[in-house]
Amino acid sequence: MFWRMIRRSLLRVWRAKLLIVVTVALGAVISTAVATLLVNASDKVNQELRGYGANITLRPKQAAALDELYAAGSAATLEVADLPKIKTIFWAYNILDFSPFLQTTAELDAREVPVVGVWFSKHLSLPTGEELTTGVEALRTWWEVDGEWPTPDQALVGKDLAAAIGIAPGDHLALSDTDIEVAGVVDTDGEFDDSVILDLDAVPGQPGLANWVEVSALTTPDNELSRRAAANPEGLSAKDWETWYCTAYVSAISYQIEEALPELSARAVRQVSESEGVVLDRTQLLLLLVAALCLASTALGVAGMVVRSVLERSAEIGLLKAVGATDAAVLALILTETMLVAALGTVLGIGAGFAVAQAISWQVFGSGSEANPVVFAVVAAAMVAVVLLGSAPAVRMLRRLRPAEVLHG
Amino acid sequence: MLELESVTKAYGNLRALKEVSLRVAPGEWLSVMGPSGSGKTTLMNLVGCLDTPTSGRVVLDGVETNRASRSELTRLRRDTVGLVFQRFHLVPHLTALENIMVAQYYHSLPDAKQAMEALERVGLADRAKHLPRELSGGEQQRVCVARALINYPKLVLADEPVGNLDEDNERRVLEFFAGLHADGTTLVVVTHDPKVAALGQRTIVLEHGRIAKEAA
Repeated sequence: MFWRMIRRSLLRVWRAKLLIVVTVALGAVISTAVATLLVNASDKVNQELRGYGANITLRPKQAAALDELYAAGSAATLEVADLPKIKTIFWAYNILDFSPFLQTTAELDAREVPVVGVWFSKHLSLPTGEELTTGVEALRTWWEVDGEWPTPDQALVGKDLAAAIGIAPGDHLALSDTDIEVAGVVDTDGEFDDSVILDLDAVPGQPGLANWVEVSALTTPDNELSRRAAANPEGLSAKDWETWYCTAYVSAISYQIEEALPELSARAVRQVSESEGVVLDRTQLLLLLVAALCLASTALGVAGMVVRSVLERSAEIGLLKAVGATDAAVLALILTETMLVAALGTVLGIGAGFAVAQAISWQVFGSGSEANPVVFAVVAAAMVAVVLLGSAPAVRMLRRLRPAEVLHG
Repeated sequence: MLELESVTKAYGNLRALKEVSLRVAPGEWLSVMGPSGSGKTTLMNLVGCLDTPTSGRVVLDGVETNRASRSELTRLRRDTVGLVFQRFHLVPHLTALENIMVAQYYHSLPDAKQAMEALERVGLADRAKHLPRELSGGEQQRVCVARALINYPKLVLADEPVGNLDEDNERRVLEFFAGLHADGTTLVVVTHDPKVAALGQRTIVLEHGRIAKEAA
């Protein structure tokens, strides 16, 4: 009889319930969208920040130690042949791009000019059998090239040098007696604007060597654990060490690169990794505030509608009490009805909310968000809590409702 | 069956019932008359366990309701009393049959066959699947009567049960009450109508919250 009463009420008095469905659905839409974006924000912000360059630098161990002591660049070199091993670590899929850098000089028109060797867009065969194309074209997204990105036998010329010697895209250079075509003039924002930039293999005199390697990796923003680990990984407890090692902290990825390439020292570029944390913290705080506001407004909306529903049905509720229903029985009836209606709103809202999150994600980040069952479960639980909370004033009213007052007027 | 001893009911400064004492024997039909505002409905609420007195004692079927908790009042209402109101209070989204089954459900177990028999007794078997809005006023009141009696209450309380009915429906309901009385059910019927009151074994007349007259 209980379910028959519920069914009849839902089917025959559906208009009154529709407003609750819509209110709860709206709350669930915003909560799901915000929670989905919140969960995906870490990856999205990381991806966005990858546009600001590499977040890990590799140097020969000896050079890194000298750099730390004297804060000066060292001319020590490393072998680039082993670099594909970077893509064999536990977090291989988080390594997006990397390129070696070699700084030297060469003779051009009877003057010494700085020369930088890099991988523009290098095709690599990895030890795992996979193929990879990587280099500064992906790493230095802010370089503005007038002309084309070069092939391995072409060069880029920094804009200051190009202006000084009157070079334009398509011209040829006689660099240490080697003829090289200039594919483009590049604005590197001051970094290499006075240099000739060549493919690493084309740099005269130092085949297969580099001074440092820059790595761009998708990382999890730092927290207290990662900071402790970065300072001294061996000082962690076994459990903390495992958590840290299996999380994509920049320090954990650096550690694993050093395991794969023991002759190199991997250091996080602090400005980049710290920016990630700050941006992410603020983004998450903003989204959490939006979610809290949304849940509060949903609770208020539900409260108003359930109170209205109880007022409209006061004669029916009084009648049920008059024929022997206890307060608990009437409460069970009204709350079950409300929760079922809210469940429909929640299901519709979660579906629509995920679609909204996808639309926002594509619009803002240019990629979709992953469906996360935990997010859906959390939103559903939050909506249950919000609806129960919103029903509290109606529950009080319902308990105080005296049949004599509503049945006799 | 029912005993009221010096019962007063006040709503703020307004005393709706003043020191009313009354006894109703098992199987008796008591008619309660009086002008509007005389305290008839208040008396019915107290007897029907819908309210409790401000002072005095109300004893129903051996239970002192003025000392009973809310849950005890609910149980007493469910097990002992059948209520018929002047306005035809039915759950609007349930059929005539389901409205009767609601009273069974909160009493013990719903039984569609027994509920159908109750509808047959009030001549509404063919209207079992109709919603209240599809029934006339008289038919709705007969559903209310069937619901009030479905759990075989010891006391039937009716507040102006035929006040809004046409002559034919009034006759049907009163005949039904007469049958109940003949079967030994105690009846307390509040009415304005002397003809209806005359069907009872005893009539009390309330005025300004007191029993002004009593006639056998």
